[in-house]
Amino acid sequence: MVDPQYFLVVSTVLFALGVTGVLLRRGAISMLMSIELMLNAANLAFITFARQFDQVEGQIYVFFIITLAAAEAAVGLAIVIALFRLRSSTDVDTVNLLKW
Amino acid sequence: MQAAAFFILAFMAVLSGLVVISHRSAVISALALAFNLISIAGFFFLLDAQFLAFVQVIVYAGAIMVLILFVLMLLNVDEERRIERSGPVQKTLGPIMAAAFAAIVGWNVWNASGDATFPEATAGFGTVRALGLELFDRFYYPFEAISLLLVVAMVGAVLLAKRRL
Repeated sequence: MVDPQYFLVVSTVLFALGVTGVLLRRGAISMLMSIELMLNAANLAFITFARQFDQVEGQIYVFFIITLAAAEAAVGLAIVIALFRLRSSTDVDTVNLLKW
Repeated sequence: MQAAAFFILAFMAVLSGLVVISHRSAVISALALAFNLISIAGFFFLLDAQFLAFVQVIVYAGAIMVLILFVLMLLNVDEERRIERSGPVQKTLGPIMAAAFAAIVGWNVWNASGDATFPEATAGFGTVRALGLELFDRFYYPFEAISLLLVVAMVGAVLLAKRRL
Protein backbone atom coordinates (compact mmCIF):
# COMPACT_ATOMS: atom_id res chain seq x y z
CA MET A 1 0.00 0.00 0.00
CA VAL A 2 1.19 3.49 -0.85
CA ASP A 3 2.11 5.67 2.11
CA PRO A 4 -0.19 8.49 3.26
CA GLN A 5 2.17 11.26 2.22
CA TYR A 6 1.77 10.38 -1.48
CA PHE A 7 -1.97 10.99 -1.20
CA LEU A 8 -1.37 14.24 0.66
CA VAL A 9 1.07 15.47 -1.98
CA VAL A 10 -1.45 14.72 -4.73
CA SER A 11 -4.04 16.61 -2.69
CA THR A 12 -1.66 19.58 -2.36
CA VAL A 13 -0.93 19.62 -6.08
CA LEU A 14 -4.65 19.52 -6.92
CA PHE A 15 -5.33 22.35 -4.49
CA ALA A 16 -2.55 24.44 -6.05
CA LEU A 17 -4.04 23.77 -9.50
CA GLY A 18 -7.39 25.02 -8.21
CA VAL A 19 -5.77 28.18 -6.84
CA THR A 20 -4.06 28.78 -10.17
CA GLY A 21 -7.38 28.33 -11.94
CA VAL A 22 -9.12 30.90 -9.75
CA LEU A 23 -6.27 33.35 -10.30
CA LEU A 24 -5.99 32.84 -14.06
CA ARG A 25 -9.52 32.39 -15.33
CA ARG A 26 -11.94 35.26 -15.60
CA GLY A 27 -15.06 33.37 -16.64
CA ALA A 28 -17.30 32.91 -13.61
CA ILE A 29 -18.09 29.28 -14.44
CA SER A 30 -14.43 28.40 -14.93
CA MET A 31 -13.68 29.92 -11.54
CA LEU A 32 -16.46 27.86 -9.98
CA MET A 33 -14.96 24.73 -11.50
CA SER A 34 -11.56 25.62 -10.03
CA ILE A 35 -13.22 25.99 -6.63
CA GLU A 36 -14.66 22.49 -7.03
CA LEU A 37 -11.12 21.31 -7.73
CA MET A 38 -9.93 22.82 -4.44
CA LEU A 39 -12.84 21.32 -2.48
CA ASN A 40 -11.95 17.92 -3.88
CA ALA A 41 -8.33 18.30 -2.90
CA ALA A 42 -9.48 19.00 0.67
CA ASN A 43 -11.78 15.96 0.51
CA LEU A 44 -8.89 13.76 -0.54
CA ALA A 45 -6.81 14.97 2.41
CA PHE A 46 -9.72 14.32 4.79
CA ILE A 47 -10.18 10.79 3.49
CA THR A 48 -6.45 10.11 3.72
CA PHE A 49 -6.34 11.20 7.36
CA ALA A 50 -9.53 9.26 8.12
CA ARG A 51 -7.85 6.10 6.80
CA GLN A 52 -4.50 6.82 8.44
CA PHE A 53 -5.97 7.37 11.91
CA ASP A 54 -8.78 4.86 11.40
CA GLN A 55 -11.41 7.47 12.32
CA VAL A 56 -14.71 7.54 10.49
CA GLU A 57 -15.22 11.24 11.38
CA GLY A 58 -13.01 12.33 8.50
CA GLN A 59 -15.32 10.57 6.06
CA ILE A 60 -18.36 12.22 7.64
CA TYR A 61 -16.80 15.63 7.13
CA VAL A 62 -16.27 14.74 3.48
CA PHE A 63 -19.93 13.74 3.30
CA PHE A 64 -20.86 17.20 4.58
CA ILE A 65 -18.41 18.91 2.22
CA ILE A 66 -19.94 17.14 -0.79
CA THR A 67 -23.39 18.33 0.32
CA LEU A 68 -22.01 21.83 0.77
CA ALA A 69 -20.43 21.71 -2.69
CA ALA A 70 -23.78 20.79 -4.21
CA ALA A 71 -25.44 23.76 -2.46
CA GLU A 72 -22.57 26.03 -3.46
CA ALA A 73 -22.76 24.96 -7.11
CA ALA A 74 -26.52 25.53 -7.21
CA VAL A 75 -26.35 29.02 -5.72
CA GLY A 76 -23.17 29.94 -7.60
CA LEU A 77 -24.60 28.95 -10.97
CA ALA A 78 -27.84 30.81 -10.17
CA ILE A 79 -25.73 33.92 -9.53
CA VAL A 80 -23.91 33.33 -12.83
CA ILE A 81 -27.23 33.17 -14.66
CA ALA A 82 -28.46 36.36 -12.97
CA LEU A 83 -25.14 38.00 -13.84
CA PHE A 84 -25.33 36.91 -17.45
CA ARG A 85 -28.84 38.33 -17.68
CA LEU A 86 -27.58 41.66 -16.37
CA ARG A 87 -24.31 42.01 -18.29
CA SER A 88 -24.68 39.39 -21.05
CA SER A 89 -21.23 38.19 -20.06
CA THR A 90 -19.78 35.95 -17.36
CA ASP A 91 -16.56 37.92 -17.18
CA VAL A 92 -16.05 38.65 -13.49
CA ASP A 93 -14.04 41.79 -14.29
CA THR A 94 -17.17 43.49 -15.64
CA VAL A 95 -18.73 43.20 -12.20
CA ASN A 96 -17.00 46.10 -10.49
CA LEU A 97 -19.86 48.18 -9.15
CA LEU A 98 -18.81 47.62 -5.55
CA LYS A 99 -15.11 47.81 -6.32
CA TRP A 100 -13.26 50.35 -4.26
CA MET B 1 -1.23 -3.55 -7.57
CA GLN B 2 -2.50 -0.77 -5.34
CA ALA B 3 0.64 1.26 -5.95
CA ALA B 4 0.15 0.98 -9.71
CA ALA B 5 -3.50 2.03 -9.34
CA PHE B 6 -2.42 4.96 -7.21
CA PHE B 7 0.10 6.27 -9.72
CA ILE B 8 -2.29 5.89 -12.65
CA LEU B 9 -5.01 7.73 -10.71
CA ALA B 10 -2.58 10.44 -9.61
CA PHE B 11 -1.45 10.96 -13.20
CA MET B 12 -5.07 11.12 -14.40
CA ALA B 13 -6.11 13.51 -11.63
CA VAL B 14 -3.23 15.95 -12.14
CA LEU B 15 -3.48 15.87 -15.93
CA SER B 16 -7.23 16.46 -15.95
CA GLY B 17 -6.76 19.18 -13.32
CA LEU B 18 -4.31 20.90 -15.66
CA VAL B 19 -6.83 20.69 -18.50
CA VAL B 20 -9.54 22.15 -16.25
CA ILE B 21 -7.55 25.29 -15.54
CA SER B 22 -5.86 25.71 -18.91
CA HIS B 23 -8.33 24.85 -21.66
CA ARG B 24 -10.02 27.79 -23.34
CA SER B 25 -13.30 26.01 -23.94
CA ALA B 26 -15.40 25.84 -20.78
CA VAL B 27 -17.12 22.65 -21.94
CA ILE B 28 -13.81 20.82 -22.29
CA SER B 29 -12.87 22.17 -18.86
CA ALA B 30 -16.11 20.81 -17.41
CA LEU B 31 -15.56 17.38 -18.96
CA ALA B 32 -11.99 17.32 -17.64
CA LEU B 33 -13.37 18.22 -14.23
CA ALA B 34 -15.73 15.23 -14.43
CA PHE B 35 -12.71 13.06 -15.25
CA ASN B 36 -10.85 14.56 -12.30
CA LEU B 37 -13.76 13.86 -9.94
CA ILE B 38 -13.95 10.26 -11.07
CA SER B 39 -10.24 9.73 -10.50
CA ILE B 40 -10.66 11.18 -7.01
CA ALA B 41 -13.47 8.67 -6.48
CA GLY B 42 -10.84 6.06 -7.39
CA PHE B 43 -8.61 7.41 -4.63
CA PHE B 44 -11.55 7.07 -2.24
CA PHE B 45 -11.77 3.40 -3.18
CA LEU B 46 -8.08 2.92 -2.48
CA LEU B 47 -8.57 4.56 0.91
CA ASP B 48 -11.42 2.28 1.97
CA ALA B 49 -14.14 4.91 1.56
CA GLN B 50 -16.41 2.89 -0.70
CA PHE B 51 -19.62 4.69 0.22
CA LEU B 52 -18.09 8.13 -0.37
CA ALA B 53 -16.60 6.97 -3.67
CA PHE B 54 -20.10 6.21 -4.89
CA VAL B 55 -21.48 9.44 -3.43
CA GLN B 56 -18.66 11.28 -5.21
CA VAL B 57 -19.56 9.75 -8.55
CA ILE B 58 -23.32 10.21 -8.13
CA VAL B 59 -23.41 13.69 -6.58
CA TYR B 60 -20.27 15.29 -7.96
CA ALA B 61 -19.64 13.66 -11.32
CA GLY B 62 -23.36 13.22 -11.80
CA ALA B 63 -25.45 16.02 -10.37
CA ILE B 64 -23.02 18.92 -10.07
CA MET B 65 -21.38 18.33 -13.44
CA VAL B 66 -24.78 18.12 -15.14
CA LEU B 67 -25.72 21.40 -13.47
CA ILE B 68 -22.52 23.09 -14.70
CA LEU B 69 -22.88 21.72 -18.23
CA PHE B 70 -26.54 22.73 -18.26
CA VAL B 71 -25.68 26.31 -17.34
CA LEU B 72 -22.92 26.34 -19.97
CA MET B 73 -25.52 25.25 -22.49
CA LEU B 74 -28.03 27.87 -21.31
CA LEU B 75 -25.50 30.67 -21.59
CA ASN B 76 -23.50 31.19 -24.70
CA VAL B 77 -20.57 28.80 -24.52
CA ASP B 78 -18.51 30.90 -26.88
CA GLU B 79 -18.87 33.71 -24.39
CA GLU B 80 -16.60 31.92 -21.93
CA ARG B 81 -14.19 31.16 -24.72
CA ARG B 82 -14.04 34.78 -25.82
CA ILE B 83 -13.08 36.09 -22.40
CA GLU B 84 -9.39 36.81 -22.29
CA ARG B 85 -7.25 35.63 -19.46
CA SER B 86 -6.28 37.86 -16.56
CA GLY B 87 -3.78 40.72 -16.82
CA PRO B 88 -0.05 40.12 -17.26
CA VAL B 89 0.80 40.56 -13.57
CA GLN B 90 -1.79 38.03 -12.49
CA LYS B 91 -0.85 35.73 -15.35
CA THR B 92 2.78 35.48 -14.29
CA LEU B 93 2.52 35.87 -10.54
CA GLY B 94 -0.50 33.56 -10.13
CA PRO B 95 1.11 30.31 -11.27
CA ILE B 96 4.38 31.21 -9.53
CA MET B 97 2.65 31.78 -6.20
CA ALA B 98 0.55 28.62 -6.61
CA ALA B 99 3.66 26.59 -7.48
CA ALA B 100 5.47 28.05 -4.46
CA PHE B 101 2.47 27.14 -2.30
CA ALA B 102 2.47 23.59 -3.64
CA ALA B 103 6.22 23.27 -3.13
CA ILE B 104 6.20 24.60 0.44
CA VAL B 105 3.12 22.72 1.63
CA GLY B 106 4.06 19.57 -0.27
CA TRP B 107 7.58 19.58 1.13
CA ASN B 108 6.38 20.07 4.69
CA VAL B 109 3.65 17.44 4.36
CA TRP B 110 6.21 15.02 2.98
CA ASN B 111 8.62 15.64 5.85
CA ALA B 112 6.05 15.86 8.62
CA SER B 113 4.47 12.54 7.66
CA GLY B 114 7.86 10.89 8.09
CA ASP B 115 7.57 7.15 7.66
CA ALA B 116 3.84 7.04 8.39
CA THR B 117 2.05 4.06 6.92
CA PHE B 118 -1.59 3.06 6.74
CA PRO B 119 -2.58 0.75 9.61
CA GLU B 120 -4.76 -2.25 9.00
CA ALA B 121 -8.30 -0.90 8.62
CA THR B 122 -10.94 -2.09 11.05
CA ALA B 123 -13.54 -4.37 9.51
CA GLY B 124 -16.34 -2.52 7.78
CA PHE B 125 -14.45 0.80 7.71
CA GLY B 126 -16.05 3.26 5.28
CA THR B 127 -19.15 1.20 4.61
CA VAL B 128 -22.65 2.68 4.67
CA ARG B 129 -23.22 1.00 8.02
CA ALA B 130 -20.15 2.52 9.67
CA LEU B 131 -20.93 6.00 8.34
CA GLY B 132 -24.64 5.79 9.07
CA LEU B 133 -24.16 4.71 12.67
CA GLU B 134 -21.87 7.65 13.31
CA LEU B 135 -23.93 10.10 11.26
CA PHE B 136 -27.19 9.47 13.08
CA ASP B 137 -25.57 9.33 16.49
CA ARG B 138 -22.88 11.89 17.13
CA PHE B 139 -23.42 13.93 13.99
CA TYR B 140 -27.19 14.06 14.18
CA TYR B 141 -27.55 17.84 14.58
CA PRO B 142 -24.98 18.72 11.88
CA PHE B 143 -26.84 16.31 9.60
CA GLU B 144 -30.13 18.12 10.23
CA ALA B 145 -28.40 21.48 9.80
CA ILE B 146 -26.97 20.47 6.43
CA SER B 147 -30.40 19.38 5.24
CA LEU B 148 -31.67 22.84 6.19
CA LEU B 149 -28.77 24.31 4.21
CA LEU B 150 -29.83 22.31 1.16
CA VAL B 151 -33.36 23.71 1.40
CA VAL B 152 -32.01 27.25 1.74
CA ALA B 153 -29.69 26.72 -1.26
CA MET B 154 -32.57 25.34 -3.31
CA VAL B 155 -34.86 28.28 -2.54
CA GLY B 156 -31.98 30.72 -3.00
CA ALA B 157 -31.06 29.29 -6.40
CA VAL B 158 -34.65 29.62 -7.63
CA LEU B 159 -34.92 33.12 -6.19
CA LEU B 160 -31.67 34.26 -7.82
CA ALA B 161 -32.16 32.74 -11.24
CA LYS B 162 -35.84 33.46 -11.74
CA ARG B 163 -36.47 36.47 -13.90
CA ARG B 164 -39.66 37.65 -12.24
CA LEU B 165 -41.11 36.24 -9.07
